[in-house]
Amino acid sequence: MTEAAVTAPRQLTRRRMKSRPPLLIGLCLGFMALVLLVAVFGEALAPQDPSQQDVLGSLAPPSAEHWLGTDGLGRDVFSRMLAGARSAIMGPLVIAVVAMVCGNLLGLLAGYRAGLVDSLLMRWVDLMVAIPSLLIIIVVAGALGGGYWLAVALLTILTIPTDARVMRAATLEQVPRPYVEAAKTLGVSNGRIMVRHIWPNIAATAVANSVIIFAGSLVAIAGLSFLGLGAAPGTPDWGQMLSENQPLLFTNPVASIAPGIAIALTATAVNLIGDWVYEKMSRRGAAR
Amino acid sequence: MTGRAILLMIGKRLVALVVLVAILSFLVFSLVHIAPGTAVDAYLGGKPATPELVQLLTERYHLDEPFFTQYWLWLKDALVFDFGESTLTTLPVTDEIGIRLGPSAFLAVYAYVLTVLLGVVPGIIAALRQRKLLDRGLVAGAVVALSTPPFVMGILLLYLFAVLVPIFPAAGRGEGFFDQLWHLTLPALALALCVAAFLLRHTRASMINVLDQDYIMFARARGLSWGHVLFRYAFRNALIPVVTVSGALLAFFFAGAVFVEATFSLGGIGELLVQSAQSSDMPMIQALAILIAVLIVLANLLADLAYVAIDPRIRFEGRSA
Repeated sequence: MTEAAVTAPRQLTRRRMKSRPPLLIGLCLGFMALVLLVAVFGEALAPQDPSQQDVLGSLAPPSAEHWLGTDGLGRDVFSRMLAGARSAIMGPLVIAVVAMVCGNLLGLLAGYRAGLVDSLLMRWVDLMVAIPSLLIIIVVAGALGGGYWLAVALLTILTIPTDARVMRAATLEQVPRPYVEAAKTLGVSNGRIMVRHIWPNIAATAVANSVIIFAGSLVAIAGLSFLGLGAAPGTPDWGQMLSENQPLLFTNPVASIAPGIAIALTATAVNLIGDWVYEKMSRRGAAR
Repeated sequence: MTGRAILLMIGKRLVALVVLVAILSFLVFSLVHIAPGTAVDAYLGGKPATPELVQLLTERYHLDEPFFTQYWLWLKDALVFDFGESTLTTLPVTDEIGIRLGPSAFLAVYAYVLTVLLGVVPGIIAALRQRKLLDRGLVAGAVVALSTPPFVMGILLLYLFAVLVPIFPAAGRGEGFFDQLWHLTLPALALALCVAAFLLRHTRASMINVLDQDYIMFARARGLSWGHVLFRYAFRNALIPVVTVSGALLAFFFAGAVFVEATFSLGGIGELLVQSAQSSDMPMIQALAILIAVLIVLANLLADLAYVAIDPRIRFEGRSA
């Protein structure tokens, strides 16, 4: 009996370690730290002015001077990559944070208090699931004229319901638990129960979900810039570089491939981190 | 669910569709008035505002009427598929859309077939080889593919198979069935891989779950062949959650198609949407928004019908109740 009780947790930890090598997550976290660093100091780190044109030196292949060659206007692709990290990261960060705050509040309210908030929220969610938000943004951005912050704002509004739905489900799971009832019996106010009692218990879900939202909006913002509906023409931006330099695939392919790989790598890293947080969190919940 | 219940479900969904389109048409109509500048500016689309042209547009779109009268008149035209003329090409919007439906439909069907093949088959293989090297490789590949959006995948495939190893064309859509198939292979792959990765993960998880069930062990114990157990017992049941998620995948699929069409300049609906959004071609945006919404709702209905067809528990629910 005692033996079984002793071995069980050890097996559990071993399986936990096996399921996702922390080395990979370490690499992902390191990579994201690097991307964040570049996003903050990108322009200062860039070996050359990212918007400096040099028509005579255009379409140069990678060399010691231009690590990733130059684009059609002779701009240094490597410097533009570094400078472009900012618009790739900043918008998605804003979306993830705002969607997390609003989504959590709405989700808590809907899950805890049912009724009107709940049914309104669920109708909104149904609509969002049926019609892809990117298509809505393309239509609205087309009518209003596009722009980076318009895209960020629209994406935030359209992301909130998905976050709220996840938080609603997590809240619904907590509401019947004894500690909530205990707090109610003690006469704790509803607002306090939601924020101080329930939220800490679903915080891990909230964090994991916003990491995944971050990855999704990174791809979405890059995609809108790719279509010319995001970052302003001329600004260094990974999505925009991808489409700008697509015609150069036959002459200087790196100019188009590099930003593409940057988008895919960053999204993969963020997704892996999100999965890992989620998995860790759900294990912890199961063990409790 | 009996035949009548299914018809009832279809009927309900079609009514919901009509309601949705009614709301959507109002929102889409309002776009013209929300857009920067006046409604005339929106219909001018950047052309110089000569008095004659302003007069013509005001009459064509009834811009001198009150807002709701304008909407009513616009809606009456829209019901007979008259959404006005493109500000970009001055051709009727409906004609422009008509010629572009073909390539988009071809791409969608092709990409769908590839998605199912590349998602379900490796998903089952991964589940059968659970925790082996092949499984790990497939799962790792799926994570990367899942995070690679279709427009990035498109560029990578273009570089690999049209520039580095030129076996596929870099753009255009080709003539005749096989030429089109050849031209659309890269775009369809770019669209399919991302969604297939999602499907692979779901199929794998669902298959692993089903293989653990008692009825599988019982079927094996009865001495049924492995192939029989796999296809008659495990596969059918594993497919249920997969079909459930396919509804959510559709939205993803439609958005991805827009990017892929823009990357490969296929001359389809998606590319038209991007062009009209870039140049604020208002009548075109309005018509496309409604068309795409209707297509998505109908596709969702089909996904739900497939769900009913595949899961007998839903089909016979009505009888036991």
